[in-house]
Amino acid sequence: MKLILHIFVFILVSPLLSGLISKIKNNLRMRKGQSIFQPYYNLTKLFSKGEVISETASWIFRVAPFVVLSSTLTAAILVLVGFFNNSIHQMGDFIALIFIFALGRFFLSLAALDTGSSFGGMGSSREMFISSLVEPAMFMVIFAVSLQFGSTNISAFGSLHTVSASSIVAAVALFLIVIAETSRIPVDNQETHLELTMIHEAMVLEYSGRSLALIELASYIKQMIYFSLIAQLIFPVGPSEGNFTQIILWFLWYLSRLGIIALVVALVEISVAKMRLFRAADFLGFAFVLGVIATVCAILGV
Amino acid sequence: MTDFLLQKLFLFDPLSIFFLAVILIICIPSLIYSFGYLKGEYSAAKIALAQILLFFFVSSMVLVVSVSNCLVFLLFWEIMSLVSYFLVIFDIKHSKSIRAGLIYIVMTHIGTAFIIGAFVVLYKYSRSFDFLAIKNAVQAMPLQTKNIVFLLFLIGFGTKAGIVPLHIWLPYAHPQAPSHISSIMSGVMIKTAIYGIIRFVIFELGVASSWWGALVLILAIISCLAGVIYALMEHDIKRLLAYHSVENIGIILLGVGLGMFFISLNLPYLAVFSLIAGLYHLINHAIFKGLLFLCAGSVYKTTGTRNIEKLGGLIKKMPYTAACFLLGALAISALPPFNGFVSEWLTLQAFILGAFDVIGGNKLFLGLCGAMLALTSGLAAACFVKAFGVTFLGQARSYHAHNAKEVSLSMKIGMSFLALLTVIFGLAAALIIKLLAKVSASALGIDISSMSFSINNFTLSVQPAKGVYLSTPMVALGLIIFGVVSFVIYRVINSYKPRVYKTWDCGYYKLDSANEYTATAFSKPFRIAFSFFLLPYRRTQKIRESFYHVKSFSYETRTTKIFKKYIYDPTLVLVLRVAKSMRKIQPGSIHLYLGYIFITLLLMIMFMSKF
Repeated sequence: MKLILHIFVFILVSPLLSGLISKIKNNLRMRKGQSIFQPYYNLTKLFSKGEVISETASWIFRVAPFVVLSSTLTAAILVLVGFFNNSIHQMGDFIALIFIFALGRFFLSLAALDTGSSFGGMGSSREMFISSLVEPAMFMVIFAVSLQFGSTNISAFGSLHTVSASSIVAAVALFLIVIAETSRIPVDNQETHLELTMIHEAMVLEYSGRSLALIELASYIKQMIYFSLIAQLIFPVGPSEGNFTQIILWFLWYLSRLGIIALVVALVEISVAKMRLFRAADFLGFAFVLGVIATVCAILGV
Repeated sequence: MTDFLLQKLFLFDPLSIFFLAVILIICIPSLIYSFGYLKGEYSAAKIALAQILLFFFVSSMVLVVSVSNCLVFLLFWEIMSLVSYFLVIFDIKHSKSIRAGLIYIVMTHIGTAFIIGAFVVLYKYSRSFDFLAIKNAVQAMPLQTKNIVFLLFLIGFGTKAGIVPLHIWLPYAHPQAPSHISSIMSGVMIKTAIYGIIRFVIFELGVASSWWGALVLILAIISCLAGVIYALMEHDIKRLLAYHSVENIGIILLGVGLGMFFISLNLPYLAVFSLIAGLYHLINHAIFKGLLFLCAGSVYKTTGTRNIEKLGGLIKKMPYTAACFLLGALAISALPPFNGFVSEWLTLQAFILGAFDVIGGNKLFLGLCGAMLALTSGLAAACFVKAFGVTFLGQARSYHAHNAKEVSLSMKIGMSFLALLTVIFGLAAALIIKLLAKVSASALGIDISSMSFSINNFTLSVQPAKGVYLSTPMVALGLIIFGVVSFVIYRVINSYKPRVYKTWDCGYYKLDSANEYTATAFSKPFRIAFSFFLLPYRRTQKIRESFYHVKSFSYETRTTKIFKKYIYDPTLVLVLRVAKSMRKIQPGSIHLYLGYIFITLLLMIMFMSKF
């Protein structure tokens, strides 16, 4: 019961993170910026509107938003049980988490091709390109982390552990991966609809109304899951326990750690320019090399 | 007499029974499918011929995996190769068929020559062709000879399996056969080579040094990556699937190679586990690749083309085939909760579990191999987004695709049987692993009664001490529950009906199939990123009426097959040149020829007396 409450709060909080990043970015650029609650307003607006579906589209297009959201929520369960309760989840481990995310991405890419617009195809092709290059870097991070903590279970590093050189390097590698996966600058740009640069936005271009809201919500949750993984590697916390106020305090600390990651993401986003698509291969190659270094550190035991 | 034959000629150990099961699981739905597929495509006499050849093909495969004598094994191996050759050239009208058949029969016989070589060396030590006698005799064999026999087997069976760079025949031969035969060739026939490697290298020889496993791992990784990158560039749907067979043979060999690696390092638990992963992927690949070839056959039969650039929008015309293809695509892309996911998870897990127990540099080696497997699965997912998206989604790109019709009942039954199996083999993973543990242990000659692959409530726990779990039914349940919840939210939150309208066209008003993204465009980022391997060539030409007005624009692109260009083509030229110079000793005199025969005979006698 406590767990369900946790997960519910987690989902409710997830859009806040995007609002926070956007607010920080705007303030650093000397702009006033939108409210940090803007993602909630957007979701409310989208949920209350009707939608338009392309006449070319098949059932894949209609089903994709549900697959995206349900795969993200399944992944969320996997992570949260490991971090909030620190109990081993029988459902799967770190590797399964990556493949569950891949399921949602697969359907979204198909849906993008379904409407017969070139924007969709463009987005779908680029998204699959980036995500397939993410895979080896991601595996190296998982490999380094599991060598260090003794298994691929997410709960293996869900407890209060000592921060080693290996987990710091792995966290940096994971950070680069997360930038690519959550479509942030320098790999992708969430704020633009320019056909030359967009990746994720091009895929969801044909979506509107409630379906778009489901996809947006899924990407907020996915972002929060990835931030939680990074945070747990470099600012480890134990599982939540104790009475009501202790749990509230634990949760606030949990969120403020995510806030720190959000701050770093915002700083990266305003200080670098977006790369050409093919430079993203080098970017992810760098993440892979960092993953190898993390593995070497884990083998050496530092 | 029958008792004698059964005892002397056949060996039904768990390994053979496993392969028999794989053969039957794929051949039965393919046979059902063939009734609908062949009808209307060929004349009655030709259909009868096809069914007779199919019978011989399947029975030769059944016998190959169940005999216990090298000579008989070779006999059936050869029958299997010849019958499949006739099936490859079955569409004799196609000019490509003869060429494909020629490449196939040459390559397969080069492979067989190496296998014969290995058997001859084994016979020298054991003086017997019986499997069990050989197994006992090889204990006394020196390491050097063992190494040579291993390499002979690896090249021989590697040719049949299609590991890179011996894969050259596979993308020619598999697509050319009728589709139900392609599904059997890709799903089952190349697996008999894996049977050969497990039977003769692991079971008979025993892994003598750890570089054997490492060599197999490296070849497997190269096969995985080369196969999937070529598949991404391919727009003929059946050749695309054939290249994916090269990739998946690589993944299977990763499991087998890891098993060999761990057994030589004396880590029996991990060896059993890795071989389970390999065997699991073997049966999974048979299922989903069989399914995908049958679906591709349905598309080919109704549209008459295999070029996906000319297809599109088929999901509305052939919803059943599309759904089956989608299941196959999800499985081959290793997406949960389908069967490909389980075996790929097991293989990745084998790398990680192995890394805990090996020392130093080997840890990093396993990690890097695992990362390459992860890259392969990412690229495979991209390739199947392309294959499914361009073939079945969007708008029809040609007249034939526009007028496509759903296929007949027997073809639907064949496809849906295999589609169902992709789900069952995903969900019942725990049960199947329990069975595969026995097969794996008997092949490796390890007693597993002391090991526990603890399995409860359909949850698979990999290593009790470390406790890594995977439960595909729970993942499926999670996906379904959250899917239903989000659907309920979607319905409850407001009641507007979705409006069906044109795709946004930037005010162009004439959006049609010409504006769709093509398969060539889809694979462009990959073509550029892997240009060091693909060596792409492109030519663009503007045809102008005047300086300011471009009348038309031509674009041509292709990639270079480096193995063909730098290995096979030079070899072919060399062979032809040698043959030409050999003509000098064939002047046509019968006396000279009798002399040649005499000298050959003398040399043979001298060789045998040495032997």
